[in-house]
Amino acid sequence: MKKLLYTFGLFVGLVSSTAFAAGGGALPYQADIDQTDKASLQRGAKLFMNYCLGCHQMQYQRYERTFNDLGIPLNVGLDNLIFTKDTKVGSHIKNAMPAKDAAKWFGAAPPDLTLEARLRGPDWIYSYLKSFYVDPSRPFGVNNTVFKDVGMPHVLQELQGIPHKEEHFEEQLIDGQLQRVSLGEKIVVDGSGELSVDEYDRAALDITNFMVYVGEPMILERESLGWKALLYCLIFFVLAVLLKKEFWKDVK
Amino acid sequence: MFKNIIDWIDARIPMTRVYNMHMAQYPAPKNMNFWYVFGFLATIVLVNQILTGVWLTMSYVPSADGAFASVEYIMRDVEYGWVIRYMHSTGASAFFVVVYLHMFRGMMYGSYQKPRELLWLFGMFIYLALMAEAFMGYLLPWGQMSYWGAQVIISLFGAIPFVGEDLALWIRGDYVVSGATLNRFFALHVIALPLVIVILVFLHIVALHEVGSNNPDGVDVKRKKGTVAEEDKTKFEFHEYYTSKKDILDDVVPFFPHMVLKDLMAFGVFIFLFCYVMFFNPDFYGKFIEHPNFETANPLKTPEHVFPVWYFTPFYAILKAVPHKLMGVIAMFGAIILLALLPWIDRGKVRSVRYRCGLHKLNLWIFAISFVVLGYFGGTPATPTSEILAPLFTILYFAFFAALWIYSKNENTKPLPDRITK
Repeated sequence: MKKLLYTFGLFVGLVSSTAFAAGGGALPYQADIDQTDKASLQRGAKLFMNYCLGCHQMQYQRYERTFNDLGIPLNVGLDNLIFTKDTKVGSHIKNAMPAKDAAKWFGAAPPDLTLEARLRGPDWIYSYLKSFYVDPSRPFGVNNTVFKDVGMPHVLQELQGIPHKEEHFEEQLIDGQLQRVSLGEKIVVDGSGELSVDEYDRAALDITNFMVYVGEPMILERESLGWKALLYCLIFFVLAVLLKKEFWKDVK
Repeated sequence: MFKNIIDWIDARIPMTRVYNMHMAQYPAPKNMNFWYVFGFLATIVLVNQILTGVWLTMSYVPSADGAFASVEYIMRDVEYGWVIRYMHSTGASAFFVVVYLHMFRGMMYGSYQKPRELLWLFGMFIYLALMAEAFMGYLLPWGQMSYWGAQVIISLFGAIPFVGEDLALWIRGDYVVSGATLNRFFALHVIALPLVIVILVFLHIVALHEVGSNNPDGVDVKRKKGTVAEEDKTKFEFHEYYTSKKDILDDVVPFFPHMVLKDLMAFGVFIFLFCYVMFFNPDFYGKFIEHPNFETANPLKTPEHVFPVWYFTPFYAILKAVPHKLMGVIAMFGAIILLALLPWIDRGKVRSVRYRCGLHKLNLWIFAISFVVLGYFGGTPATPTSEILAPLFTILYFAFFAALWIYSKNENTKPLPDRITK
């Protein structure tokens, strides 16, 4: 039995080692999200519906499911979070922008975001939301350090303020001479936004949290059912061992 | 009353006889260790795939327009649809985990050797059918990796001289992978290949029960009629089909309940790990469900890296390691064909690695390591290191068969025990 576990473990280890090695470039921030934090998810939903949904749909997810899972009463959600005309609470989360026109306006149609968190991971989304900076050479005047030459404007600018990319330097003594050494680039905000730096981070985290939820709305149910399943497997295993022992005790 | 029903059935079909012959009175060597549980586990996974597959088919829409959305519909709107879908996606990978371990068991204990050549061949056909089944199934969610993986693999057929391009066109049913490809893959995935696999599994078991199970010592537990003393014979009752041909040593237990209970214990461990993956890590770090597959298929946008799913990566690495495309395709298929030819490549008379020469042990381990390393290289972007190491391990993979053929002829083996060991 030990050997069996060992072999399984080895196999799982080998498969997962290839998985970690396949990871892309390092991201500047890590998203410390909490799927059980209903308030965060509600704030994230509000931000998403107000700032993102104008262009990005979540066409596989329904409003009703979202409101129920997030603890938002249906009438409250219907009145405050659904902005498209004649939309029922059971409808998918869609916008009114025709995809053909969108492709013309932005160069490519804004992608559906239902599964964005599963496609790129929460850290990517959180980092992306925090990595816009002013770049006059781009059509919308902004660029992004996580998504180079991104095709969208910085829609959260009124919250964050105007972000600039600055390279930081430090004087260091190298080979007996003082030299300016780059400490890397940082995004610095001018303070014109409605939110403070911490508040903006919180908002970016809430949006990320909400997108992770929409990516896999059954995530909490999945894990709670998982514990029960594992417990059942354990009981089954003990019974199987006892039964096997009973039948094999006379076999020399 | 119950007996009457049984008698009524037995008078019409051989129910009790078949049950006894293949379950309650089928002799299984009692020294079979944990390596022998993977056949049972593969059967369980096959049943899982068929049952969950049936339920997925009820809500899945096999069309380029509807496929991706219907998978999300299953995940979100169908009651416990996500459980069914994760059971199916985790089951696909679990199938290959247990099948690879099952095959390696056969290699370690020489289970392919005479008289089990046909048993091994049926197994290899199952493996081939399983690869086709998995490949076609992976197209169905119609994500980016589904699409581009299929595009890359089908285009390999284009490397075949003269007929290649036409063949690739015939497989796709279009000039690129399209809705036409999706529909035919769906038909093959849900009907044709499962039928083939079930029939092959049946033949695999028929062949197994005709020649009897091998064991970790590789020594026979059945002997020529009349050569076994009465006190050495088994105390269990076995079916006349087996006892009339051979004397059975006291080294066996009935398949049911003894072996089945051992298998059930292993099943307990397996299902625990299965549930862990399914409920806590269903995409398994992007290996069981690759992350680009959460984006719908787009024929105009190639993903940065296209990798097949993990269970194909050792062969994909071999393909990439050979500089010439056609030669690469030949090497890739050759890697599988050589496995199927093992009963004839291995000219040894001793089955189990326990009693074979040190060189064989080393050779077998190098083979196993090469397979895993190639699997790693086949699933990661090329680096300067991998471009040196992947061809090297490809050579080691093939060297296993060449070396085996040479040294197995006059191998310096250890003396075999007369009976199985504890």
